Amino acid sequence: MSTAPKARALRSNTPNLARSALGFFRNIFGGGAAPASASGEAARIPRRSTGFNQFTRTILRPDGQKILDLGSTSFNNISFLTGLGHKAYNEDVLAAGNASRLVIPGEEEGTKTVDVARFLAEDLQYDPETFDAVLMWDVCDYLPEPLVKPVVERIYQITKPRGALLAFFHTREAGAEAPYYRYHIKDENSLELQQGPHFQLQRTFQNRHVENLFHEYSSIKFFLGKENIREVLLLR
Amino acid sequence: MDTYRADVAHIGKSVIIKGELSGSEDLFLDGEVEGNIDLRNHNLVIGPNSRVRANVHAKDVVIHGKVDGNITGVEKVELKKTAVLNGDINTQRIVIEDGAFFKGAIDIRKTDSKTEPVRATAHAAAASPVFSAPVVNAPVASPAGIAEKK
Repeated sequence: MSTAPKARALRSNTPNLARSALGFFRNIFGGGAAPASASGEAARIPRRSTGFNQFTRTILRPDGQKILDLGSTSFNNISFLTGLGHKAYNEDVLAAGNASRLVIPGEEEGTKTVDVARFLAEDLQYDPETFDAVLMWDVCDYLPEPLVKPVVERIYQITKPRGALLAFFHTREAGAEAPYYRYHIKDENSLELQQGPHFQLQRTFQNRHVENLFHEYSSIKFFLGKENIREVLLLR
Repeated sequence: MDTYRADVAHIGKSVIIKGELSGSEDLFLDGEVEGNIDLRNHNLVIGPNSRVRANVHAKDVVIHGKVDGNITGVEKVELKKTAVLNGDINTQRIVIEDGAFFKGAIDIRKTDSKTEPVRATAHAAAASPVFSAPVVNAPVASPAGIAEKK
């Protein structure tokens, strides 16, 4: 194909490209199921992440750090972290926190709540100051309410001083039905999002809520993320 | 390693073993084991019906079923998409399929310079047999919150 036909083809495809781009952004945090790949898995949507880039810089050296990933099990993440020479820990906090075994009757008749004591006895069980860094992703937005503060406090306890934590938060514009996405590390600059198991968005945090929730941390840095997500890098 | 071959020892899904399980041949395990499994230089496949509460030591370990215990795979550990592992992994290479559930630590042992680098290998979801669905938990409604409720 010569240059001119290529240019014509590009021009004629422009509306389609615009529609594709619109669909792309709708799919991310705006509802709409991600299309499935040929293998039946949900498709992965690439996204650049300044927060993750900054997080990665904190864990480059030395080797042998202990990194905790609180998201769904991801081969990419384990591969990336072990590839840096670190020891990767995985604990799917959302799966654990939403497990039926934790559901107990609430104080008011007919209501249900979560057995926080049992969760803390069975999950996130590590010695104090074990981890050099923690990948929290957007777990806070989907955790059952009674678990949010206890989980944040436990993570603080098990993170080393000056250890980094990366967390994402939806903005209000994401909408109440923002689907849950699994985060896969693509490289030090970008992530891949894959629509995962169904978890209901429980809340959206404003910046001051985030600051209050993580008030024990020595440093907090917000990054204006794309697609209705804020990225936050904290140092203990 | 295939899930079933004539030259592979086979423990069926109705078998329950408590204690030490050791051997010097490849093993396909689809039953329950509580204790320890030690195959050293041989391969182990933990089948989809298997329920293992044991520390496992083998050359290659492939997990389709549920395991509570630490896994040492001298060369490789594979978590298939139906695998549920609560325990630590110590190996040279690891493969994890989408849908596998893992809670624990992964320590990748470095190989010597003549062999492949330590890195985890690409996953191969397409090659996996079809078994039951991965672990998915239902959400729980939450009471009044810290932040703005949806």
